[in-house]
Amino acid sequence: MNDTLAGWLQIIALVGALALTFRPLGDHMAHVLTSPRHWRVERLIYRVAGVHADADQQWSAYLRGVLAFAAVSVLFLYAFQRLQNHLLLSIGMKPVAPDLAFNTAASFVTNTNWQNYSGESTMGHLVQMAGLAVQNFVSAAVGIAVVAALIRGFTRKKTDRVGNFWADLTRIVLRVLLPISFVMAIVLVASGVIENFHGIQSITTIAGDHQSITGGPVASQEAIKELGTNGGGFYNANSAHPFENPNPFTNWLEIYLLLVIGFSLPRTFGTMVGDRRQGYAIVAVMALIWASSVAIVTANELHSVSSSVGHTAGGMMEGKEQRFGIWASALFAVSTTLTSCGAVNSFHDSYTPGGGGMTIFNMMLGEIAPGGTGSGLYGILILAVVAVFVAGLMVGRTPEYLGKKLGAREMKFASLYILTTPAIVLVGSGIAMALPGERAAMLNSGAHGFSEVLYAFTSAANNNGSAFAGLSADTVWYNTALGLAMIFGRFLPMVFVLALAGSLARQQPVPVTAGTLPTHRPQFVGLLAAVILIVVGLTYFPALALGPLAEGLH
Amino acid sequence: MAGSLARTARHHLAALRMLVVFTVITGLAYPLAVTGIAQLAFSHHANGSVIRDGGRPVASSLIGQKFNLPPPKGRTTGAPDPRWFQPRPSAGGYDPAKSGASNLGPNNAGLAKAVTDRRAAVAAFDGVPPSSVPADAITASGSGLDPDISPAYAYEQVNRVAKARAAPPSAVRKLVADHVQGRTLGFLGQEHVNVVALNRALTALK
Amino acid sequence: MPTATAQPPVSKDPLAPNVHRVSGGLLDARQLVTSFPDALRKLDPRTMVRNPVMFVVEVGAVLTTLSAIKDPSVFAWVITAWLWLTAVFANLSEAVAEGRGKAQAETLRRTKTDTMARRLTDGWRPGAPGVVEEEVPAAGLRLGDHVVVEAGQIIPGDGDVVEGVASVDESAITGESAPVIRESGGDRSAVTGGTKVLSDRIVVRITSKPGETFIDRMIALVEGAARQKTPNEIALNILLASLTIIFMVAVVTLQPFAIFAGAEQSIVILVALVVALIPTTIGALLSAIGIAGMDRLVQRNVLAMSGRAVEAAGDVNTLLLDKTGTITLGNRQAAEFLPVSGVEIEELADAAQLSSLADETPEGRSVVVLAKERYALRGRTEGELARAEFVPFTAQTRMSGVDLNSTEDNRSLRKGAATAVMSWVREHGGHPTEEVGPIVDGISASGGTPLVVGEVAWSEGARTARILGVIHLKDVVKQGIRERFDELRRMGIKTVMITGDNPLTARAIAQEAGVDDFLAEATPEDKMALIKREQSGGKLVAMTGDGTNDAPALAQADVGVAMNTGTSAAKEAGNMVDLDSNPTKLIEIVEIGKQLLITRGALTTFSIANDVAKYFAIIPAMFASVYPGLHRLNIMGLHSPTSAISSAIIFNALIIIALIPLALRGVRYRPSSAAALLNRNIVLYGFGGLVLPFVGIKLIDLLIQFIPGLH
Repeated sequence: MNDTLAGWLQIIALVGALALTFRPLGDHMAHVLTSPRHWRVERLIYRVAGVHADADQQWSAYLRGVLAFAAVSVLFLYAFQRLQNHLLLSIGMKPVAPDLAFNTAASFVTNTNWQNYSGESTMGHLVQMAGLAVQNFVSAAVGIAVVAALIRGFTRKKTDRVGNFWADLTRIVLRVLLPISFVMAIVLVASGVIENFHGIQSITTIAGDHQSITGGPVASQEAIKELGTNGGGFYNANSAHPFENPNPFTNWLEIYLLLVIGFSLPRTFGTMVGDRRQGYAIVAVMALIWASSVAIVTANELHSVSSSVGHTAGGMMEGKEQRFGIWASALFAVSTTLTSCGAVNSFHDSYTPGGGGMTIFNMMLGEIAPGGTGSGLYGILILAVVAVFVAGLMVGRTPEYLGKKLGAREMKFASLYILTTPAIVLVGSGIAMALPGERAAMLNSGAHGFSEVLYAFTSAANNNGSAFAGLSADTVWYNTALGLAMIFGRFLPMVFVLALAGSLARQQPVPVTAGTLPTHRPQFVGLLAAVILIVVGLTYFPALALGPLAEGLH
Repeated sequence: MAGSLARTARHHLAALRMLVVFTVITGLAYPLAVTGIAQLAFSHHANGSVIRDGGRPVASSLIGQKFNLPPPKGRTTGAPDPRWFQPRPSAGGYDPAKSGASNLGPNNAGLAKAVTDRRAAVAAFDGVPPSSVPADAITASGSGLDPDISPAYAYEQVNRVAKARAAPPSAVRKLVADHVQGRTLGFLGQEHVNVVALNRALTALK
Repeated sequence: MPTATAQPPVSKDPLAPNVHRVSGGLLDARQLVTSFPDALRKLDPRTMVRNPVMFVVEVGAVLTTLSAIKDPSVFAWVITAWLWLTAVFANLSEAVAEGRGKAQAETLRRTKTDTMARRLTDGWRPGAPGVVEEEVPAAGLRLGDHVVVEAGQIIPGDGDVVEGVASVDESAITGESAPVIRESGGDRSAVTGGTKVLSDRIVVRITSKPGETFIDRMIALVEGAARQKTPNEIALNILLASLTIIFMVAVVTLQPFAIFAGAEQSIVILVALVVALIPTTIGALLSAIGIAGMDRLVQRNVLAMSGRAVEAAGDVNTLLLDKTGTITLGNRQAAEFLPVSGVEIEELADAAQLSSLADETPEGRSVVVLAKERYALRGRTEGELARAEFVPFTAQTRMSGVDLNSTEDNRSLRKGAATAVMSWVREHGGHPTEEVGPIVDGISASGGTPLVVGEVAWSEGARTARILGVIHLKDVVKQGIRERFDELRRMGIKTVMITGDNPLTARAIAQEAGVDDFLAEATPEDKMALIKREQSGGKLVAMTGDGTNDAPALAQADVGVAMNTGTSAAKEAGNMVDLDSNPTKLIEIVEIGKQLLITRGALTTFSIANDVAKYFAIIPAMFASVYPGLHRLNIMGLHSPTSAISSAIIFNALIIIALIPLALRGVRYRPSSAAALLNRNIVLYGFGGLVLPFVGIKLIDLLIQFIPGLH
């Protein structure tokens, strides 16, 4: 079998697997988010934590829950890292430096998992599993909880209640993330991923050299790292590391896991709003963007002569693993940058200008195809609101989406949402490029060096976490700036989404007539995709022109 | 003011208690349960697929190794040892504590030069024309721990290894052929040869 | 006067008919010129700041002016000049739109003379003796004052007639020269200040405060002085403002990137890039679109009390339409003659015509017309028939007819309600045939009105009385109304016919006209209940009304169009007033509302789509010097960096002027489904917006590359 056929087959198998689980997983999540019944263990948790899980919350109360949980999580994780040498299983790791500890805490709480450290030389096992991996679960669950509130905004009428944050959070962890992670962790171990509590094991190699083999509870963390679109690797090399991703099957499975919730949530959405076609339209836009991006990156990486290194080496294998090759690496790169996952099985800094530029562009799209768990869906729904607003006018009505009018208040929140991330990315990159010291952190020079900085802020503000890893970002300035970019990039949009949810929930829905803009047809799929591309394209075109475009066009 | 402060504090305390609960469930119970099952059912894999030589661990079959001559005095790395199949270049020198890639850009002049130099060195080392050196032989992997090389690179090294070991090339070639791993399920990933396993098998070749 | 449109002003008489009819959409150069001073006045930053997009343009223009003074070059001055022009063009569009309203306001103002009012002193009651009057200026009238107005006098303020009947010339506000009757009590009691009493004497109770009369409000409305941003306009402005901020951030942060790349940009270029990217086209035209939408209503003699109402009109889901005048012609008409057996149809037609000659009601006339048109029976005048005695219709007899007393034709003919004519036949010894009953019932069941024709003939001493047949009177549904309702249905609008008829009749007419639903024997309470029911499902309801008892429903409806002939209570309650009092207008109002929204959406799409081409002009111009590969983005092959940037800015300014007519006229709107509308508008304004600037910028570049300083 040749590379091309094999490459296509693995993409087809992936799409097939996602299609197969779309319905059951989507419906399961819808059930979890709408069922009136608590599990007994959940009730126990609520009692222990002292929260009222039956109280339907106003959007502001829901938001207070999200923010309070984030605040204590950041502090907890910060303290954990700072004190790790006093704890069990530290395997000799020192306390993490304050700025790095802040950056890492912000990173994992925001579902970004940007890592300015190497896991194998910085974090003890306890911090990894009881600190970082816990956030892998809960930050993913927070994203889904927030989109659940938004969906309720669409489905409910004349109420100021959007659900209960604590109940949503608990149910998503217990009924969705934990069971799938558990099964998948076992599958990963069975396929070769390690799961132990060993420290560093010194061995004498076959050739008589010395080597230190690392240990750790990797598989349990790997499963949720992909499933929750977190992406923070146990090791520096992330999913390129053979202990995290030992063979092509685990690689395929990890890609599947990082996409599956994002692609199934539109089903949840369609089910919850009582019109599944609405969910199909959204998933179609996601799939369209994802497929185009896969095609573009793969084509660029195969076309090695487009870069001097590729031309010299005869193939774009720098930064890629032999067992995966171009196709599986490109597929991973696209999926991870379109999902806010940020795990990598190959290093994007060494991709062709076209392929690497596309990974930046993927993130600039706002992580919506399919995006992070929950955050991807609310991101694309906000863009749908903007698309409906403009297109809705063109059918001669004041715009409405899913029966809810998009008035000044709704547009205020939607506009603030689409404004926030680009502002953080561009202002952050702008300041970094204006400061001589921060410019010096680039590994590469010229346009590619600028791309590293642009990638860093794009990744942080969009909560992706992958990197053009040449940038030496473990400095006080970058740790602080990127940490803030992640926090603002995560929670400001959530504020606007929840405010929008509250505003929508208050409305009396408008009935659908022949005069209503249909939002489930191919027409709308095309329209939404075009709006996303144009809005993002226009925002970032100048910056991209000086980075990947300048490098790629010559 | 004081009331709202107290409310905020109560709110955060509830959040903290929730976090502690989740830490216990997902941060302790979950990994311990997975580890328990893993150690019971898949202990070889769970512990790193370690290869032993008479009980002594010599490698993880997943982690690439250097196969160099002892370093000369004052140097830390030795020259490639012709008796072994050579792995891909590594940004971290196959040190599992320093996994990672070079992160050099696709038009980085230094990397382009390094690639050219490596091509010449590999060609000279293996006694083949530079144009036949495959890409994986002269580019660093993503992890820096890549245990695999392409079949092309493995076959290219056969004559040199056979010569250095004074073994019949056909036997070495057959060994390589036995170690070529096809695509998983026929279509996942790409063909590769695990250098660690191959070299380990080489020690058995007499 | 009908403003400065393409047609020259023909009439100097402010009371001329059709004074408000303004031809829509046309725009000539003169109008631009006359509005120019206004456009310059609007450059005042305090005015500009209300439009964030154009305010950014103005600030940019100030920056480039300073920069051009400090560092003069042809390029800097070209950009500066065109940036100022961009701001002026935006103001111009607004000024032109307002200009039309101003002209209309002038005509209204002329009717507002310094009237003196004859106020009746406190304690006056209708019918009370001993009237004491005092002369006060109209402006001094308060709510609840009573004034007396006599023939030849101007009514000093809005109010209701509480005593007397008068004919009133309302052409000042309606443009209709025929006088109307205003009388106390009932639904024709409202009078408007500024109109003139032609005959008789009335006492009016003032219902408006000074300065808040109907005319005052009209003036304010058409001038745009009372104009507030509508909800959708505010929402769109928010989106535009946020896009503006994004693009400003994108350009401001571009400078450090550019410095790193070794291509630091001048202020002029950065400002040019910002202005090219922010949605200036829609930003410039947004307010003109809103004003023009109101203006289009005014051209159709409809006054919207707020822009919000016009927007709501576009959203209407349910139209409540009065049967009479909207769906059917005003009166019932004879549709066919149904003779009983043994009677020739021509005989019946002749008898029907003869018996109707004296019937001056529209129904009676229609019988004459039908007989003439279908059976070539000439209508005969009263004198023509020898010794004929006409019997007019009375409420007591419920019949009309004729007694022919000539020797050769000696008979009596009667036409009227079935029971009346049948008993008349019986009185004269006849026996109505059994057939009549079923025919009459059949017509009633189909929603028509049966009129029976009877005859008593004297021939050689013998008297025969018999029924000749039945005339079928029916409501005539307006031509084309069915198609109109089909259109509305395609637009997703449900039509409900409101009628006082019984359900049987109502159903028949509803079926014939093709309305979706009907409300028979409708009382104001029923209407109100219907509106509330529709609204509880989230629907928006539009209706027309004129009576005081319509007022609550008009207020409840999302779009309530009061007829100008109606009471002031109705006019207060509605959010639109139709000066023509033509209920069919409701459909047009909905279409105008939709057109307004579509125009906004289309120009927004166009404006954003334009940016793509501008990037391809400006980005290579900025950076190709350091990254020569970016030359490949110069797909238009523009002459030089300076000409490229100038072309983009010039295009950006000119497109505003080019689109002013479209903004004023509104985009073409043909009723169809939402999906079809969207397809059409996306192709036209989305793809059009994408492609057009590539062509436009290239053409401008071909011209300006010859300017010496621009290469």
